[in-house]
Amino acid sequence: MCLGIPGQIVEITDAARMMARADVSGVKREVSLACVADGGPDALVGRWVLIHVGFAMAVIDEAEAAATLEALQHLGEAQETLAQMAEGERALS
Amino acid sequence: MRFVEEFRDPALAKALIAGIDATATAIGATKDNPVRIMEICGGHTHAIFRYGLDRLVHEGIEFIHGPGCPVCVLPMARVDEAVQIAEQPGVIFTSFGDAMRVPGTKKSLLQAKAEGADIRTVYSPLDALELARRNPEREVVFFGLGFETTTPSTALTIQQAAREGMKNFTIFCNHITVPPPIRALLDDPDMLLDGFIGPGHVSMVIGIHAYDFIARDYGKPIVVAGFEPTDLLQSVLMVLRQIEEGRAEVENQYARVVPELGNPVSLAAIADVYEERPSFAWRGLGEIDLSGLRIREKYALYDAEARFGIGYGAARAREVAEPEGTECAAVMTGKIKPTGCPMFGTQCTPETPLGALMVSSEGACAAYWQYGGRRAPEAAE
Amino acid sequence: MVLRGDRVTLAHGGGGRAMRDLIEEVFTDSFEPASMEDQARLEAAALAEPGARLAFTTDSFVVSPVEFPGGDIGSLAINGTVNDLAVGGATPLWLSAAFIIEEGTEIALLRRVVATMKAEADRAGVKIVTGDTKVVGRGAADTLFVTTSGVGVIPPGRDLAATRIAPGDVAIVNGVLGDHGACILAARGDLALTSDLQSDCAGLGHLMEAVLAAAPGAKAARDCTRGGLASALNEMAEAAGVGIEIDEAVLPLRAEVKGTCEILGLDPLYLANEGRLVVFVPEDQAEAALAAMRAVDTGAGATIIGWAIAEPAGLVTMRTLFGGTRIVDMLVGEQLPRIC
Repeated sequence: MCLGIPGQIVEITDAARMMARADVSGVKREVSLACVADGGPDALVGRWVLIHVGFAMAVIDEAEAAATLEALQHLGEAQETLAQMAEGERALS
Repeated sequence: MRFVEEFRDPALAKALIAGIDATATAIGATKDNPVRIMEICGGHTHAIFRYGLDRLVHEGIEFIHGPGCPVCVLPMARVDEAVQIAEQPGVIFTSFGDAMRVPGTKKSLLQAKAEGADIRTVYSPLDALELARRNPEREVVFFGLGFETTTPSTALTIQQAAREGMKNFTIFCNHITVPPPIRALLDDPDMLLDGFIGPGHVSMVIGIHAYDFIARDYGKPIVVAGFEPTDLLQSVLMVLRQIEEGRAEVENQYARVVPELGNPVSLAAIADVYEERPSFAWRGLGEIDLSGLRIREKYALYDAEARFGIGYGAARAREVAEPEGTECAAVMTGKIKPTGCPMFGTQCTPETPLGALMVSSEGACAAYWQYGGRRAPEAAE
Repeated sequence: MVLRGDRVTLAHGGGGRAMRDLIEEVFTDSFEPASMEDQARLEAAALAEPGARLAFTTDSFVVSPVEFPGGDIGSLAINGTVNDLAVGGATPLWLSAAFIIEEGTEIALLRRVVATMKAEADRAGVKIVTGDTKVVGRGAADTLFVTTSGVGVIPPGRDLAATRIAPGDVAIVNGVLGDHGACILAARGDLALTSDLQSDCAGLGHLMEAVLAAAPGAKAARDCTRGGLASALNEMAEAAGVGIEIDEAVLPLRAEVKGTCEILGLDPLYLANEGRLVVFVPEDQAEAALAAMRAVDTGAGATIIGWAIAEPAGLVTMRTLFGGTRIVDMLVGEQLPRIC
């Protein structure tokens, strides 16, 4: 359900209707900013949004994204340490 | 950062799989006594199969595929009504591609198109509205489908049409909501679920507290998840950790997109345009109270049911049986796997779908077929 | 210059002077048929070599829009048939071209399409030796339909066939996948997508000659047109009774094609290509084939994407980025943009 993909707002095309052009990997499409432009559409140029059926449905929180990735990195390191410990135990026994 | 590839990093996935492995082992999950996790959203079902995640995680994890595919749960009677509207003289009927192949009792929209109805696939309800602007002599109808993710887009489109005073644009509203069927599933005594993966994009609209009842009233963990592979794996791990620690909470793995309280503009648009129907029929689940939306009286000018006199009232009077011999309902509710249905792969295939679960790429049966589940019966022999 | 008006009318298909003027001015002046009789009369010497075989193929072309970035229906019509011959190991020689023209079509458009066909035929080294035109009423065709048939010669001793593919053989594609399909989706305009993508439409005769010279043991090739790479591989796996495994991590895809697929919920493996082929060669000739392909302009992006395996016979599987595997099935119907 609900295919949503990240795209970057590159320009405002119709401020009155809150329409803007978004870029997804070099493919551009006009999207509505009506759901996310409470601070005015201009502030969104350059920001990443989550696009669904031609509407920007959420502004992506870049700090949260970074935090999620960082947590995963730590998990990766922790798993590595565990694996090394297990390896060490096997070597000792 | 593009917010896509970063979350498809095989190295991160590997660490998550190891973490899932350790936690699943710690809580005693086995192949015969698995932890059963329902991914509510069809988008998650699709991603699980596309990336082969079900075969990468510990064998004690069983994914139960939930009802979150709006096309799959659309009753045949509604498809019939869509076809009936599309065949009215002067109508341009527009739809997302997803609904085009879904069988009605007599035909699908694609078949109606072949027979001469003017039916067009669009990407956005705004494109349907644009079509209405360009064809003032025609009646443009949009097939409004989907859960809370999609509902704001049609609500905003109706508001826009009203602002412009358009007279030739209506929506055939079939929007449905996520929480009521989850409650229905949890109330089913046959249902044995240990936790949920919550729908990320629905939640960016409605927020995460819509699921509080799952944790509070039913004692089940739920983690709202994103759609990339590491999102899903991380969410499985978070569900397992809740089980391990004896917690039942609503957690948000997808905080980069899902605000705790949802999107206020979207919620306001939904509330302005739509109201709850007393009940709505779900394919495989039957009538569920307060699970569907209809267009409010003040926007009746944009309501295809009002415009054409075709609609839900008629459908309820006319119970339409599901295709004989299929186990769509049992698959839909996660009681059996698609391969447990006698029609799966024999009479029901993507070329000749009997049930909607075989039509939508998010449907559990189509996902099984497309991504290799059809080999399961061969392997079992 | 006797052709009057700027649009084709039913009179141009009526068999009289208007038809003759259209055919002579727009078509025969460019195509130089082998004879002015109702048939092409061709020297059979090329076919007379002992052991040589005649290859003969036909294909119809309908595309909307008729002109798109990177080509038009004319380039598809020439290269499509040239490629059908080339992937079978044939050297393409002669083509026929038949046109069904919708009343009202601009004559300038016809001239552009014919000019493209002439240029692509020259590039491929084939001659358009016979043809036909019909004009139909408005709505009975979508602007212009073209059918081309092609004749080529397979030299003695050359035998490319999907049935020859055996486990261990390596699969090579000649470049990025899905450009044509994604370009056409955008060019239609109804999805309101824009990008710099161009169709990959190209003739692959020279590329095939290069592959066969460098890898004489090459088993089979297919052009990845409708249904994309996935459909070509499925046909080959089924014919050969082998499995084919491809590696998601190395599939060559442009960012814009991935973007188009993400927006519309499509799978690039099923997007059409008009200048892409997949060829299976024995493992010990793979590097030579790859180098030879990369030396040709249409093979600059050549990449090894997978290999034939014994089991599961008849199925195409893909190793995903995470080391999982999934089946890559035949396309069911047409890919439709989806929201879920």
